[in-house]
Amino acid sequence: MVKGKISGIVANLLTIQVDGPVAQNEIFFVVLEDGRLMGEVIRVTGDVAFGQVYESTRMLKSGTAVEFVGHMLEVDLGPGILSRNYDGLQNDLDKKTGVFLKRGEYTEALDKKVKYEFKPLVKAGDRVQAADWLASVKEGWIDHKIMVPFKLEGKWTVKSIVGPGSYTIEDQIAVIENESGDVEKLTMVQKWPVKKAIHTYKEKPRPFKVMETGVRMFDTFNPMAEGGTGFIPGPFGAGKTVLQHALSKNAEADLIVFTACGERANEVVEIFTEFPELIDPRTGRSLMERTTIICNTSNMPVAAREASVYTGMTIAEYYRMMGLKVLLLADSTSRWAQALREMSNRLEELPGPDAFPMDLPAIISNFYARAGYVVLNNGQSGSVTFIGTVSPAGGNLKEPVTESTKKSARCFYALQQGRADQKRYPAIDPIDSYSKYLEYPEIRDYLKGKLGADWVDKILTAKNWVYRGKEASDQINILGDDGVPIDYHLTFWKAEMIDFVLMQQDAFDKIDSQCPLPRQKYMMDLVMEGINWPYHFDTFDEVAPYFKKIINVLKQMNYAVFNSSDYQKYESEFRAILNERRAN
Amino acid sequence: MLTQAFQKVYTKITKLTKATCTLKASGIGNEELAYVDGRPAQVVKIQGDEVTLQVFQGTEGVATNSEVVFTGKPPMLKVSDQLSGRFFNAYGQPIDGGPEIDGEEIAIGSPTVNPVRRKQPSELITTGIAGIDLNNTLVTGQKIPFFADPDQPYNQVMADVALRTKADKIVLGGMGLSNDDYLYFKHLFDNAGALDRIVSFINTTEDPPVERLLIPDMALTAAEYFAVEKNQQVLVLLTDVTLYADALAIVSNKMDQIPSKDSMPGSLYSDLAKIYEKAAQLPAGGSITIVAVTTLSGGDITHAIPDNTGYITEGQLFLRRDTDVGKVIVDPFRSLSRLKQLVIGKRTREDHPQVMNAAVRLFADAAKAKTKRDNGFDLTDYDERTIKFGAEYSLKLLAIDVNIQVDEMLDTAWDLFAKHFNQTEVAIKQSLMDKYWKN
Repeated sequence: MVKGKISGIVANLLTIQVDGPVAQNEIFFVVLEDGRLMGEVIRVTGDVAFGQVYESTRMLKSGTAVEFVGHMLEVDLGPGILSRNYDGLQNDLDKKTGVFLKRGEYTEALDKKVKYEFKPLVKAGDRVQAADWLASVKEGWIDHKIMVPFKLEGKWTVKSIVGPGSYTIEDQIAVIENESGDVEKLTMVQKWPVKKAIHTYKEKPRPFKVMETGVRMFDTFNPMAEGGTGFIPGPFGAGKTVLQHALSKNAEADLIVFTACGERANEVVEIFTEFPELIDPRTGRSLMERTTIICNTSNMPVAAREASVYTGMTIAEYYRMMGLKVLLLADSTSRWAQALREMSNRLEELPGPDAFPMDLPAIISNFYARAGYVVLNNGQSGSVTFIGTVSPAGGNLKEPVTESTKKSARCFYALQQGRADQKRYPAIDPIDSYSKYLEYPEIRDYLKGKLGADWVDKILTAKNWVYRGKEASDQINILGDDGVPIDYHLTFWKAEMIDFVLMQQDAFDKIDSQCPLPRQKYMMDLVMEGINWPYHFDTFDEVAPYFKKIINVLKQMNYAVFNSSDYQKYESEFRAILNERRAN
Repeated sequence: MLTQAFQKVYTKITKLTKATCTLKASGIGNEELAYVDGRPAQVVKIQGDEVTLQVFQGTEGVATNSEVVFTGKPPMLKVSDQLSGRFFNAYGQPIDGGPEIDGEEIAIGSPTVNPVRRKQPSELITTGIAGIDLNNTLVTGQKIPFFADPDQPYNQVMADVALRTKADKIVLGGMGLSNDDYLYFKHLFDNAGALDRIVSFINTTEDPPVERLLIPDMALTAAEYFAVEKNQQVLVLLTDVTLYADALAIVSNKMDQIPSKDSMPGSLYSDLAKIYEKAAQLPAGGSITIVAVTTLSGGDITHAIPDNTGYITEGQLFLRRDTDVGKVIVDPFRSLSRLKQLVIGKRTREDHPQVMNAAVRLFADAAKAKTKRDNGFDLTDYDERTIKFGAEYSLKLLAIDVNIQVDEMLDTAWDLFAKHFNQTEVAIKQSLMDKYWKN
């Protein structure tokens, strides 16, 4: 084992005199009398390694011994990850003792005592390769696949595999051998370095399916693809966190990995408190059963915050290899970037814009590139869809993290202060936001197949009305209510109808918060009917009260159970109101 | 500072800057407290056997042969019930002429609460100020700053808030307080007969700015003692965090760190989060609530200090002068309490959420009508009525000198609704309208 001694300390950056070879990103431990502190090598110059410590460095001394472990930061991948609360280094937070986090207390990520019901999927003599499914165990409600370790190269032959039964994660379950006679004894657990992507699949095609989220601003206007990427920038108070919580509650994914990266602890407490009570309508089980939380809040050590997004991504990739649909959420990736900035500063690197490291765009784009829809070697498919939030300094979208992310993410959901101030939630800017997937022919075909040949045209028409509505409103504000033709008022209110009925959505209402695609299509068609209606008005001041009535009735529909008698009652009311103003 | 046994004493300083000194020393811990020529200092950098110390009071007059004594400990605070009613400086030493306190010595800046051990905040805090209780209700375990320009009476408002709440302990952390404000707090606490539940850590403008960096940790260490050991409800007041951040910038500048936005250190977010995240609802029933002050420059909330603060805290209370009524109000548009949903309509009357929203919406209509008037457009009858409502709402509910119970606030709002509007315009759920509408 390579050893070293601390020769310098500034905040959480150590310089370490080493006595042998060390690798970039290698993990080390500072050895204290009362415990060990974990850290990571971030630069090497000659026989001096620079390391960031994942803990407070208070009272560390020059000359203290350091041990290098010979590998990068790894996580344990195996049954038992689901519905856990981990910190950024995959310590199980529930296993930690006491109210306060103790320095140097590391806990097991997985439970070694639990027995899992094991069903082999291969038999002795079968040929396998990395990531092939060897067996299946029940982890909660999912079939957790035990796979050939991802790091093994080439073809292997199964020498033996245990029969059906219950085993712990440490029991040996199979032995495999390759052509050169190397033998691997396997358990249900494998380790993987978080900063490396898991690549052991057949191919990563372009996304071609829409991932339903139940949020209309996503599904209807800016659809997210299964295996796609997107980000939500927004100033504080614009509703980033509420939106991410809404996505994690309603998105049509098998699993949710939620990375609370450098944000408020009370927001995570909200998830801990609420999710176990909420029922996932698709499975009828508690939402917590499909949710794993990586929690490195703002006052937990900064270096571990950087690790947390990678830990989340690696766990998501692992479940993708089982053929599952995983949604990874990170709140907020700006805090991750800030952690990078703090270290870059301490290393006295030449800074890029706003003192962020020069390679920030590259780091962000590498990370986003790990998401995707993949076809596994066995022909099945899985996906990691990634949506991150960004907290732009001063709410200014021209700052480095937003700009770098915009280059990598395919969907842009810009939260706007003005809309938040007017309580138009979700405050996603209807004009600036976009989904590149709407341009993909595959996605268009998918949507057309599901929602009709003219669906995409309808979206574009609706968006165009919103744009025209904004222009009309500008004109009205300049020229006065009576200084413009009635048509301007009509255009403005048609846009308001789209905004209030389709774009706004009540994240706290049981029914409205979750709007399935067929229902979104139904409402879109009704609103389009209202848009294309031949209205007749004599004066401009008749327009506003009339449309407020229409909007009110359509909003009541949003709050009613789909196709219930209330729903139908409001719909006929809507038609009656339309007929009041029919032009001859 | 008396030299004690087993302390390491050095007398050969190799480098001096305005705020730091460097010397050769061995066996020294990071963040260790030392005394340079009798002045408190803290280890900020270790490079081999070279140790750099940040001298809180500055190095004026320190000589290369001045005595440097290491204490072998990080900065500590003695905690016990004797803290109550006392005033301390940034090092936790009494400044009120009273005796030293006895108690267990604890290192300040303790680790964070394990997120899974926290409880969801759920207890209402009432202040009597309707701009807070009605529109931006506070909850125990919350952290929230006042955003205010330097000319707003933020310290007075904060003192009112402190004295009216039912907190078991109030811990004041004063950073860069003017001597007048310090005496104001002291006088007020004395007169309110509340001194025995107040602990104060004070750094005034007469003290060196870098000393301020210790104040929040001192105040929060005391707060944690009462909240964790005694399961008490503790309210921590921090004023002014902007001056704290300025001190951070001074130190990072002296240490040749590359500044990020607005000349602030790149770690500003983490530095502020370390303080604010101490607010917590603890599993055994105690709680720490933080009410802070962040002064703004000309109402600019995009500056790095308020901006980072906004991302950390659970809302903000924005003070501004309403020229129509000539009073300072809690701005209902720019203020926010993120945790109010946990208590309004649950711990308060059922009509609270709807009344709050309706009143703010009508106040927004009033603002729109005023813009219309200022631009020379004709006003409708509705516009005229909203403007009248706006002025009364501002005077009777938003002004910071209001001091009434929550039910009375709600009743006042219903009075104003009935006086200026019909039921359709107010648009509150009909069942509530039937029950509370004033005829």
